[in-house]
Amino acid sequence: MPAPRDENPAFAEYAHPERLVSTQWLADRLEDGTGDLVVLESDEDVLLYDTGHIPGALKLDWHTDLNDPVTRDYVDGERFATVMSERGIGRDTTVVVYGDKSNWWAAYALWVLELFGHPDVRLLDGGRAAWEAEGRELTRDVPTVTPADYPVVQREDSGIRAFRDDVLDHLGKPLVDVRSPGEYSGELLHMPDYPQEGSVRGGHIPGAKSVPWARAAREDGRFRPRAELAAIYEQEQGLSTGDEVVAYCRIGERSSHTWFVLTHLLGFEHVRNYDGSWTEWGNSVRVPVEQGAPTA
Amino acid sequence: MTDLPAPLLELIDDFEAVGPKDRLQLLLELSDELPELPDRYADADLEQVHECQSPLFLTVEVGDGPDAPVSLFFKAPREAPTTRGFAGILHAGLDGQSAETVLAVPDDVVFRFGLAEAVSPLRMRGMVAMLARIKRQIRDRVTV
Repeated sequence: MPAPRDENPAFAEYAHPERLVSTQWLADRLEDGTGDLVVLESDEDVLLYDTGHIPGALKLDWHTDLNDPVTRDYVDGERFATVMSERGIGRDTTVVVYGDKSNWWAAYALWVLELFGHPDVRLLDGGRAAWEAEGRELTRDVPTVTPADYPVVQREDSGIRAFRDDVLDHLGKPLVDVRSPGEYSGELLHMPDYPQEGSVRGGHIPGAKSVPWARAAREDGRFRPRAELAAIYEQEQGLSTGDEVVAYCRIGERSSHTWFVLTHLLGFEHVRNYDGSWTEWGNSVRVPVEQGAPTA
Repeated sequence: MTDLPAPLLELIDDFEAVGPKDRLQLLLELSDELPELPDRYADADLEQVHECQSPLFLTVEVGDGPDAPVSLFFKAPREAPTTRGFAGILHAGLDGQSAETVLAVPDDVVFRFGLAEAVSPLRMRGMVAMLARIKRQIRDRVTV
């Protein structure tokens, strides 16, 4: 039986409030053990979970667990079934994901779970930072897991994932570049303070709107209320919930955050995440590139 | 192949002896054990290793002459344990060795800990860069 919804009134206004849980809801569920619930931590730093995590949580690493070790792609259905099963997750299990960096990698993991159509996967609003800031318990104890049966499900990429050729076909329709202004203009090839690596050209995909991912988050890492999100994406940027939208960043992690906001908080129905993102586009021969700051 | 300093070789043996999951545990221990930056560097402008995915700063102290020991100092936040662990390996393996010995350590030694498999090859760049910057700082200080 899946876990109950978090009926937190702060979430009620979102398009899909069932995709979010609060720290208090999670603490209560850990206390009362209601429902078939598995908590996963997904971080940029592969060791952060090991330094202390939410009691009962298991690690899901975006790179070593979700990416194919050879091809630049996600794992296949069989490998995914093993990854889920090893964590005691069945197809009916409620999965709550949280992580560092305002849930970038948690949103990325959630998006990959949705590629496999996992029915009930939710984000912990505010992520690891919110849990820590409230002085809640962290432990180094890794729980013992009884493996569950997880079916081999084929990944369905067409709905929420865009490939390079899809983006070429999409030119002229709404694109959201969620990177920092310096990456968008072409001045930087990576986030400020991160290594300048990987791309031989700087700039953005022609026509892309610049909406850095962090605009959707509050100071404490939690999502902004729906009205504030609508003010940014709908009023300011002129996007409509019926639009076909592609979001991208450098490798698809920050754009998973924006994909989550557009899809689950604002109710956009056709948003795809381009996980090849700038590390693919900025290295591709003869694809169009635009440089310069966004036009106001 | 050049002889590696004994403490570094011991670490390589420790990492080689176990599987990827236990390698992560060793890395976590080294992260936990990374010494705090001494007070005299509290306000110092240390070199940032931009290749790391989290902020890491380092500096070296070199005595007079090629045999004088080198001291290594690192600063990295607790919430960046992988980066701290890489620094911990280099500290435990190289601190106190002579400038000549550290400079003779091959650049690809960082790949001998079996970590690429445990943390993913993408994340190894930071450690490669840390060793390169340590060696460059030593060279700058020894020759001038």
